[in-house]
Amino acid sequence: MARQMGDSHRRFLQTMMINGITDEHSVKALYQYCCEVNKTPHVPDKLDEFIDTINSKLQAMFMQIRKGMSEVDGHQYYVLVNMAETNITRMSSDYADNELELFRKIVDLTVCSENGKVSSTDILNITDTMTTKKLKKSETEHLLSRLVQDKWLCEERGEYTLSARCIIEMEPYIRTMYQDHLKVCHICHSLAFQCQICENPTCGIKIHNPCVARYFKRRTEPRCPSCDDFWPHEIPEVR
Amino acid sequence: MTHRKRSFGSQSFSQNRRQSSSSGTQEDHEDSMFTQPSTSQVLRGLENLTPAQVDQKTSEVIQYLLVKDQKKIPVRRADLVKHVVKDYRNVYPEIMKRAARTFEQVFGLKLVEIDSKHHTYILINNLEAADRPPPVQCPANPKLGLLFVILGVTFMKGGVVRENVIWNTLKKLRVDSGEKHEEFGDVKRLVTEEFVRQRYLEYVRIPHTEPMEHEFRWGQRADMEVSKAKILEFMGQLHEQDPQSWTQQFREAQSSSSSQR
Repeated sequence: MARQMGDSHRRFLQTMMINGITDEHSVKALYQYCCEVNKTPHVPDKLDEFIDTINSKLQAMFMQIRKGMSEVDGHQYYVLVNMAETNITRMSSDYADNELELFRKIVDLTVCSENGKVSSTDILNITDTMTTKKLKKSETEHLLSRLVQDKWLCEERGEYTLSARCIIEMEPYIRTMYQDHLKVCHICHSLAFQCQICENPTCGIKIHNPCVARYFKRRTEPRCPSCDDFWPHEIPEVR
Repeated sequence: MTHRKRSFGSQSFSQNRRQSSSSGTQEDHEDSMFTQPSTSQVLRGLENLTPAQVDQKTSEVIQYLLVKDQKKIPVRRADLVKHVVKDYRNVYPEIMKRAARTFEQVFGLKLVEIDSKHHTYILINNLEAADRPPPVQCPANPKLGLLFVILGVTFMKGGVVRENVIWNTLKKLRVDSGEKHEEFGDVKRLVTEEFVRQRYLEYVRIPHTEPMEHEFRWGQRADMEVSKAKILEFMGQLHEQDPQSWTQQFREAQSSSSSQR
């Protein structure tokens, strides 16, 4: 049974709304701050309960504070997600219809890609298939830089990946739309885009790079947790 | 200002950022066609809707207002009715009542009508200002710091100040309105357009000035959100003086904090 919301919850929620995505360390500090400012007792272990209280009230508005792991650094992040099907969400008010169509196509390309990366060339090519007003090359480039700035996509050396915020926010949508194509991490069971794949053709399990780092830490001979074949990829460092 | 097409539900509309003017705009015309339903009309309207339907519509209104508020854009009743409330306009007062209650109880925000002619709404922070900033990096924080300096100077000068005073003050803080600033970019645009649009400041022409000069005043959002007592305290620390030594401002701060909220 969730408690009633107090000013500490409200202050926390206001800050979460402004930022879109917040790392776990900052969230814990924010929780402490909100309790202290409001002069309510701060119990560090009860962060989940604190957030549950807020979520129980947000549910009616199709909003939730969700937690997820970044595929890049393996750290946990909190996102205030919007689960409404309508167009009255932050993203649809920041972007035009055709921009949203292209964004959905980029998600599509990413889901179907091998390594979770999509080149800018691929994105420019896919504008040909747009059914709404086609975006010109300059408009596409401008859109991509805005998507990166708004933390929906990440860019490195001309390749685009879905950001942690994007994955956490769009997970239900992606799970529904791509049931068959979905790759899930064998270790943490979340959606896997930037990951390593077992080379055994009868196995083929996927593991996030940070999950690989943790799972194979200090093992001299890394072996696939599913089929026991030698794991041929470079094991990254734990961040 | 580029006009972009947006789609809300099944309707599309062009986002026109028109200042509220006395001449009739399209929104004015539509708003004047919207007459506030009476209590009995609302009750009858509610009878024809399921609680779930009303809740859903209330959620949509809340979402819409939150999204607009993220950018600190005031929302006109006409837009709200046209794009979100739509067929539920006969129970509009009930929806707004529920939305206001949710804003207070869940978000700690207050829904306030700042323009009773055009029925324009903003969301203001209902929570007490904290004595220290949050431990989280908020992109808006530095801008608010700048705003506070301007509000402080304006308040100390009796509520109205010529723009030159502000530009000179900022220059002393190494924020030059004529140059592109590392953090704030186009400072003049930020102060005279963004802060004004967000209703933190008013930037009004002084008549008969050549070259054209303006003066700054506190905007409606600042009046409601910013505690004059806190500004005075801040100025006291800055000048290492007891706030009570500025008797007139102190009295004004005392009376305004009792009328705020």
